[in-house]
Amino acid sequence: MKFMKKKKGSTRVLSTGNEAIGTAAIKAGCKFYAGYPITPQNELIAFMAKNMREKGRAFVQAESEVAAINMVFGSSAAGVRAMTSSSSPGISLKQEGISYLAGCQLPALIVNVQRGGPGLGNIGPSQSDYFQAVKGGGHGDYRLIVLAPSSVQECFDFTLLAFDLADKYRNPAMLLLDAFIGQMAEPLVLSGQRIAHGVKKEWALTGAKGRKANVIRSLFLGEGYLEKWNLSLQKKYKEIEKKEKRWETLNCEESEILFVSYGISSRIARGAAKILREQHNINAGLFRPKTLFPYPYKELRQAAREKKAVFVFELSYGQMVEDVRLALEGEAAVHFYGRAGGEVFTPEGIASFVKKKMK
Amino acid sequence: MKAKFKKPDSLRDVSTHYCPGCGHGIVHRLVSEVVDELNLRERIVGVAPVGCAVIAYDYWDFDCSEAAHGRALAVATGIKRSRPDLTVFTYQGDGDLASIGLAETVHAANRGENLTCIFMNNAIYGMTGGQMAPTSLTGQKTITTPLGRDPQQGDGFPLKITEMLALLPKVVYAERRCVCSPPEVIKTKKAIKRGFLNQIENKGFSIIEVLSQCPTVWRKTPSESVKWVKEEMAKAFPLGRIK
Repeated sequence: MKFMKKKKGSTRVLSTGNEAIGTAAIKAGCKFYAGYPITPQNELIAFMAKNMREKGRAFVQAESEVAAINMVFGSSAAGVRAMTSSSSPGISLKQEGISYLAGCQLPALIVNVQRGGPGLGNIGPSQSDYFQAVKGGGHGDYRLIVLAPSSVQECFDFTLLAFDLADKYRNPAMLLLDAFIGQMAEPLVLSGQRIAHGVKKEWALTGAKGRKANVIRSLFLGEGYLEKWNLSLQKKYKEIEKKEKRWETLNCEESEILFVSYGISSRIARGAAKILREQHNINAGLFRPKTLFPYPYKELRQAAREKKAVFVFELSYGQMVEDVRLALEGEAAVHFYGRAGGEVFTPEGIASFVKKKMK
Repeated sequence: MKAKFKKPDSLRDVSTHYCPGCGHGIVHRLVSEVVDELNLRERIVGVAPVGCAVIAYDYWDFDCSEAAHGRALAVATGIKRSRPDLTVFTYQGDGDLASIGLAETVHAANRGENLTCIFMNNAIYGMTGGQMAPTSLTGQKTITTPLGRDPQQGDGFPLKITEMLALLPKVVYAERRCVCSPPEVIKTKKAIKRGFLNQIENKGFSIIEVLSQCPTVWRKTPSESVKWVKEEMAKAFPLGRIK
């Protein structure tokens, strides 16, 4: 990370997305990191190896992705802020632990710097893990809080936010980005504001001194107990949906058509909108979800009202587009354009697709 | 009259789900006695396995966590690294520790995590109804080796995981005991106590393997089971201090 200039209370640096996440995790008071090498998130594990131990915090290079997420489980159970990071195939391996974190209501941050799949795929950027992150991934009825940064700055900001939300709701949170956002360098303003270091964790395993013994569990064998526990999880997810939706709109009031895109795709879609406006007199607005769970269905429906058409761009063969269709309930024509397998569309490619559909 | 014998404070006053003649109840009690004697109840965290002891936290009266099958030592690593002031132990069966959790076991031991691992070896998957375990004896009949465990058929050999772990530099203590007679129960308790003391003294990784009887799934009476531990299991898994 290179320092650019210093202002009072804030510092501007040049950083990659991966390093920005590490910087924010340190700032958020993350006390435990466990990870396993996988491209394209290796800058993050290296950053944590150096910085966590320098600060006397715990860093473990785990023997496997499975071990890493279960170490995070233990650390979180002990009441400290804990995180792990990986990329798509590694995140698949972590699903066991993620389901247990959700089932035991343990806060944690999981970073997925997505690469091409399925299988071993390749190390190019991709957004093909949307379903896995947003709809479940592991076994059982659970939800993650999923934040999708579209810039290095948001990698930093959303990491801080993710730790706070995870603690607030006793729920694992995921940062869903891709090789592009993780590895590109942009200016980053390190904000001077104080970070909330979580809430009091009375449930944590700290030794049963002056209180009854605490147990972290997701096993409920007696008749009706698991259902009761699950319903309390569902209630929590409803509350998260009510309170924690985040999105951004650009030029949505005036535009004749609407783009819906998140993460790196939304940056490319903005480039396409510029081309269409300047060269083809087509006025496109952009709706960008920042949280993928909870998903801003109502707000998207509002933004799409009276648009001639809605276009969804993703680095997948169509995953978030299903939520867009759910949000719009057939009220607008939805066109999808995607590339995957580690390939990235261009503003020109998107503009040409839109032009054809608008004929 | 002064009470000579009572329930340890660290053991809840409830009946367990364990079968008659099972070793788990004895070892739960030994752990509780040691926790009381070392005054650890308010600064200990136990990690329960997946297996018959999955709800050990319903019997122990101190802080505990569940762990996914085989992951107890990874979970314990997370707890201990986050709170080195706490005493942390895992309590795991043979399938959990030596099969699905083998990587977690070997690497926690190889990192020399300052943890205590209590390894209950009954040579069978008890809770799921008696499948072959990594520690099942050669020739042992289980529901997945109906003709007996046969290395010639690719069933493998009884895995001596404790001996394997003893090769690692930061494994400071490895001992195998059983609970099939009162003198052996006393020796097992001593070994468990040694394991906890090692951790308190920041020495490194300790493993105490306990050969435990499983009458129900072995299809034996409790007394036949005790005999089988002494005469058959202890041949494949010799008792004593390994390191």
